[in-house]
Formats: sequence, structure tokens, C-alpha cells
Amino acid sequence: MAATFRIVFVLALVSGFFPQVLEAAKIGDVTETRVIEQMFRFLSLKDPSVRATVIGTTLLGICCGLLGPFIVVRRLALVGDTLSHAVLPGVAMGFLWNMEKDPLAIFIGASLAGLIGACAVNLIKQTTHLKEDSALGMVLATFFAVGICMMTMIQRLPTGNKSGIDKYLFGQAAAMNQEDLILLSVVTTVVLLLVFLFYKEFLVTSFDAGFARSIGFPVNLIHYLLMLLLAFSVVVSLQAVGVVLVSAMLITPAAAAYLLTDRMHRMLILSVLFGVVAGVGGAFLSFLSNNLPTGPFMVLSATAVFLAAFFFSPRRGLIPRWWRQRSQTQRICRENILKAIYHILEAGEFEEEGVTFSELSIRRNEDLLEVRPQILDLEKADFVTVSKSENRIYFTPDGWQTACSIVRNHRLWELYLTNAVHYAADHVHDDAEKIEHVLEEETVRQLEKQLNYERRDPHGKPIPTFADIEKGLPTARQSRPATGYMSKS
Amino acid sequence: MSELIPSFDFQAVFIVPWQEDFQGYFLIATMGFLISLSCGLIGNFIMLRRMALIGDAISHSVLPGLAVALFLSKSLATTAMFIGALVAGILTTVLIELIHQNSRVKPDAAIGIVFTSLFALGVILINVYAGEVHLDTECVLYGEIAFIPFEPLIDIGGREWFPGSVLRMGGVTLLVILGIVLFYKELLVTSFDPGLSVSLGISTRTTHYLLMGLLSLVIVSAFQSVGAILVIAMLILPGATASMLCSRLPAILWLTAGLCLPATLAGIHLSIWLDCSMAGAMVIASAVFFILAWLFSPRRGLLQQLIQKVRLPEVHNLTLDNSQE
Repeated sequence: MAATFRIVFVLALVSGFFPQVLEAAKIGDVTETRVIEQMFRFLSLKDPSVRATVIGTTLLGICCGLLGPFIVVRRLALVGDTLSHAVLPGVAMGFLWNMEKDPLAIFIGASLAGLIGACAVNLIKQTTHLKEDSALGMVLATFFAVGICMMTMIQRLPTGNKSGIDKYLFGQAAAMNQEDLILLSVVTTVVLLLVFLFYKEFLVTSFDAGFARSIGFPVNLIHYLLMLLLAFSVVVSLQAVGVVLVSAMLITPAAAAYLLTDRMHRMLILSVLFGVVAGVGGAFLSFLSNNLPTGPFMVLSATAVFLAAFFFSPRRGLIPRWWRQRSQTQRICRENILKAIYHILEAGEFEEEGVTFSELSIRRNEDLLEVRPQILDLEKADFVTVSKSENRIYFTPDGWQTACSIVRNHRLWELYLTNAVHYAADHVHDDAEKIEHVLEEETVRQLEKQLNYERRDPHGKPIPTFADIEKGLPTARQSRPATGYMSKS
Repeated sequence: MSELIPSFDFQAVFIVPWQEDFQGYFLIATMGFLISLSCGLIGNFIMLRRMALIGDAISHSVLPGLAVALFLSKSLATTAMFIGALVAGILTTVLIELIHQNSRVKPDAAIGIVFTSLFALGVILINVYAGEVHLDTECVLYGEIAFIPFEPLIDIGGREWFPGSVLRMGGVTLLVILGIVLFYKELLVTSFDPGLSVSLGISTRTTHYLLMGLLSLVIVSAFQSVGAILVIAMLILPGATASMLCSRLPAILWLTAGLCLPATLAGIHLSIWLDCSMAGAMVIASAVFFILAWLFSPRRGLLQQLIQKVRLPEVHNLTLDNSQE
């Protein structure tokens, strides 16, 4: 992690102190619209304005990606949204300061407006009965309305260089000039340094504010520090993403990272990575055609990353989870049939080695037509063999061992519930029916020990032991090698 | 600065516009009033259920619906746009539920992800089909209520009265009022006590989706006039102001309705004075009303709280003195 930080840090410094590499020719001035040509222009990075865009969006991705995880785990996602809308009057004020697009004035004005907005939300929450969501929505829309009014007033002003101010609404990465980039790299460096230095503080206050307070961390101060950084990063991202969509750059990459890992530092790294991918990807896509806003493309790139994580995350993704659930259902179904075969054999005191299809269908209370495919599935999985001539089903060693351990788990659990937890003997079956599929070997050994290696369950039936399972089917041991069972082994 | 804020001239701001173009301003005022009335009424229930930000999400996400409908129907046919936006609005709620139920992403982040993605999609669609779609991204943000007088009027009973958008908004407002009157009990119970409503046999789910449908309808029809983001202010501000002043729901609803007209008119005149976005000015006027109520409400205003804080030690001392005696 430290290595990553160092690399990013150096990158930020380089772009900050040597801005002459980023000459600011405007991409928007270029008129060619051929997609392939544009693609090569972007990918070759020969064009200085392309380089500027790439560096700008990379820094933006780092900046937002670093703060996003804290916002997401603190459930402040919509505070970020409110903050990003609330900066609009500040942008207009900064513009009015000397009637041109001066990044520093706009930065200061917007940060102030954002912070005032955040404070207004807190004030409304504390002094009225209104809930947080109402307060957020109210501040968001009111500040935005003020901003919109000021923007429309600026538009009709006769003086001043108004070009570029309307780009703040939807963003135009290509409109970023040298000063914007310097500001962006300074803010990114500050955010990096602060997150790196106060990582522990941010982490603890995010997850357990009470604990943090008890060990003497200034929780409120850290909260406001985070808000300040948030306002900074929102403001510097405005030029590229726009007021309306900047919150997505905070939330979406972090949420995607949140689906992939449980450790905060990994989440930070992933989120930065996704932020950069989304930023550069969005710039690339919007570059393909003329005069497309960058912000929406960045947001959609981020959403694509999120959707990929949502569906395919190995542990939490929808599809792996669905797959796991399916295979689990299949396993449980198989185990239940094996158990039923065991019960039939046991009822015949292991005189027979196989069961017929009709016996099984009666035991399972299912139609023959339903039983047959299930058995064929078991045969394919090598749990049973079916003798076509006798129309009988025989265990393979695997099948026997599985059936036996399921029955053992079931009876052992029933015994545990009656003896150790003092359930009534007629109440334990349903519970055991569920737990039998998930008991692990170690737990079983502990249970056996705790129950003094008792061999009979509450209903008087024998509990198979590990030794029984190893030995194989009783009849097979005693009598001649049975057709189905032995032929497989 | 003097260029930015014109000098205030009562005559020019309040009288002249009405003398010059009475019908135009009458239409704008009617539209503004209808929007803030329907939004304000339904907003009360939205706030009670803590769903204010769902309203935010829906208002952003109707954009791709509008764009697709416009693109498919190749015209400004209102029915197609209505259906498109309504579908998008309902899709938003469904997507938010889907994400937050099927992953560990919290509802707030789910809202943030869904509406930004859909809004981005809408902006791109509009930009890509800029030639074919008659919809401006700027207007998406702050509406075009000022252009209502230029819409063609529709004949009713031999006389041209209102443009189609105003009539439609009127219909939606009627529907909202009717919905609230007819389902008042259901809305009330499900908002305050879902447990009780289940035991009374009122389905919280049905009521929820009814409200969501109505909300989408209101947002969709207000969208063109006031834009995506200002709709939220229309939803929340009047109800919030009213609830600062009284605490029983019927009273709040009546007060909300009463606040709408002054806020709309104040907004119109503000925008005439400053020559700025009309929808924005209406929101600012509502916000000023809220701030006034927040400061001076006799029941729970800041001033009142301050007075009580000052008085509390006095009262405390008084009781202490009494007990000592």
C-alpha cells in the first residue's frame, strides 16, 4: 500500500511542478470527427492536450477514489451529492470575483459554498424536527437554485469572458487548463498526504465512532476534516465531471470496491484504481466525438465497473452467489436421496444390498417419474450404481460414506439437542434435518466427545461412527461381493 | 456588482409586467402554482416516510426515459414522453431496491449510483441525438417555465384558454388532491405506523407503490417546467415550512397549499427583478419562506428555542426557590 501511495504521490508532484509538459491546447477546438483517428490520437498520447486530459482525469480518479470509501462506509453518499450541488453558487461567486474563469477564485468560492451547505444541513438537522433526508434535499435544491439564478444572471452580463462557465454543469475534461491541473494536483497531494497520515484515525472513526471517542480521538474534528477534503475534491473535479454528476465519482468506484473486499486499505487501492479507470475511460469515450460532455461518460464507465463487481465479484457477486446457491441446493437434494436409501437399507436391517426404485419412491413420497432423473443424476456423480437387470440401486463407496455421515450428523444432532440442550425428543427432527448438511468433521468429533460416544439416538436408532463409515456397507462386509457395490470399487 | 443586481423599482417589477403581458404572466403563475401545489402536497407524505431522496433520484432518472421516448416517437408527442418518463421513474425505484437487496451496498449509495448513472445516460442520449431530439441539457437542469406563454393554446368551449402543459399539470394536481382525499386514512396510517396499518388490513406495499406512482407522475409533469433538481425543492420546501408552523397533518396540508401561491408570485417577481431563471427564483422564494419559518416559528423556531434556553434557568431557579421554602 505504501508503495502505491508513493508512486501516486510522485505522479502528483511531477504533474504539479512541471506543468509545462501539459500545454493547454483545447481539444474542443479540433474539428476532425473521425472516430478511429481520434482513438489513435488519444491512445498515442502525442497530443499535449490529450496528455493534459489524461493526467487530469487520473488525478481526479485518485482524489475521488481515496475519499469515496470513507464516504460509502460512513453512509454519507448523499451528503457528497448535496455538497456537490451546493458548490454551484460558489462557482458563480468565484467567477464574479474578477469576471473571468479564475480557477483559484472559483476553488475558494466553491469550497466555501460547499462547507456552508454541509453546515446548513447539520444546523437544520439539529434545530428542527426535519429528518436528515429532507434537510439534505432542501439544502441541495436551494443552493442549486441560487447557483442557477446567479448563472443565468451572469449569462446576460455584457462584460467579462463567460466562456467555460457553463461547462461546470456537465463537465468538459478538455476545458481543463494548466491552472486547473495545478490545483487538481495540489489537492490530490493534500488528500493523499492526509489520508496517509491519518489513516488510522479515519478508519476508526468511520467504523466505530464511540470507540474512537473513548480512546480520545477528536471525532468531530475528523468528520469536518473529511468534509473539507470532500469539498476540495468535489470542487477540483467540477471542471471535468460537472456539478450534477461529481458525486458519482465519489460513490460508484468506492461501492464497487466495497463489493470486492473487506479490508479498508484494499478497498482504498481498488477504489483509486476504479476511479482512474472510470476517469480516463470517460475522457477517452467523450474524446471520440466532438463536443461531448466528459462527465456523463465517466459516470457510465464507473457504473460499468460497479455492475461488473455487482454481478461477478467472486464472493458477493450476484452470479457466483447464485451459482453457489444452486450447487448447494443440488448437494442437499442428493444427500437427502442418499439418506433415504440408507433408511430403506436400515429398515431391512441391511439384509439387502440395494433398493428398488419403487421402494425409494414410496420412502421419498414422490412419483417414480420424479425419482428416476434424480437417481440418474446420482449415478452420474458416482454416488450409486444402477443395475438395469434387477432394477435396483446400489451404493458406491462414496455414496455409502456420504449417506452414512449425513445420517450420523442427523442423529448426533438430535442426541445433542435432547441430552445437552434438553429439547423434547419429538422436537429435534426438523432442526437436525437442516443442520445435517452443514456439520463439519471437527464439529462432529467435538459432539461425539461431548456426548460420551453414545451409540443410540433419542429414538433408539444406532449412530454410525467414523469407523463404520470407513468400513463400508455392513452386508457387503459380511456376504459375497455384491454386484453393484463391489463392482465399482 | 451593480451590473449584476439591477436597481429595485417597484413599478417596473410588480406593476409593469402585468400591464404589458397579463395573459403570459397569468399562465406562468398558474403553472408555478399548480406545480408547487401538487409537489408540496405529495411531498409532505414523502417527507414523513423519509423518502425525500428517492424523489431526488426519480427526478434525475426520468431524463433517459424522456430522451428515449422523444427519439422513438420523433416528436414532442406528450403521451410518449409521459410514458417514457414514467417507466424510467418506476425503473429507478426498482433498481435501487434491487441493488440494495442483492448486495451489501447501503441504500444511500444505491440511490447515488442509480440516479447518477441514469442521468448520465440521459445526458449522453440527448447530446448524441442533439439534432433529432428537441431537448436542451441546460433546460433539463432548470426548466423552461418562462416559455409556457409561447406554447400553442388549446380550445376549450370555443375559447383558447391554456396551453397543453398547463392543462396537463392541472389534471395531475387534481389527481393528487383526489388521491390524498380518497386515500387519506391509508396514507396517514402507513406513514406513521406501518405495524398498525398491517393489523388494520391496509397494505403498506400497495400504498407505497401508489404513492411512488403518483410521485413519478408529478415529477414527470413538473420536469419540463422546473428541471430535474429544482423539483426536489418543490417537493420538500413547502411541506417543511408548513411543518415548522403546525404539527397536525391536515393543518400542514392546508398550510402547504396556502403557501404555494405567495411563493410562486414572489418567485416570479424576483426573477423579473433580477432577470434570472424563473424556476430558480421560485425555489429561492420558497427557501426564504422556510428560513423565515425556521427563525420565527412561534412553536419551534430558532428564536423561540433561544428564548426558552434563556428562560430555562429562571424557571429552574424559581422551582428551586419554591422547594427551599
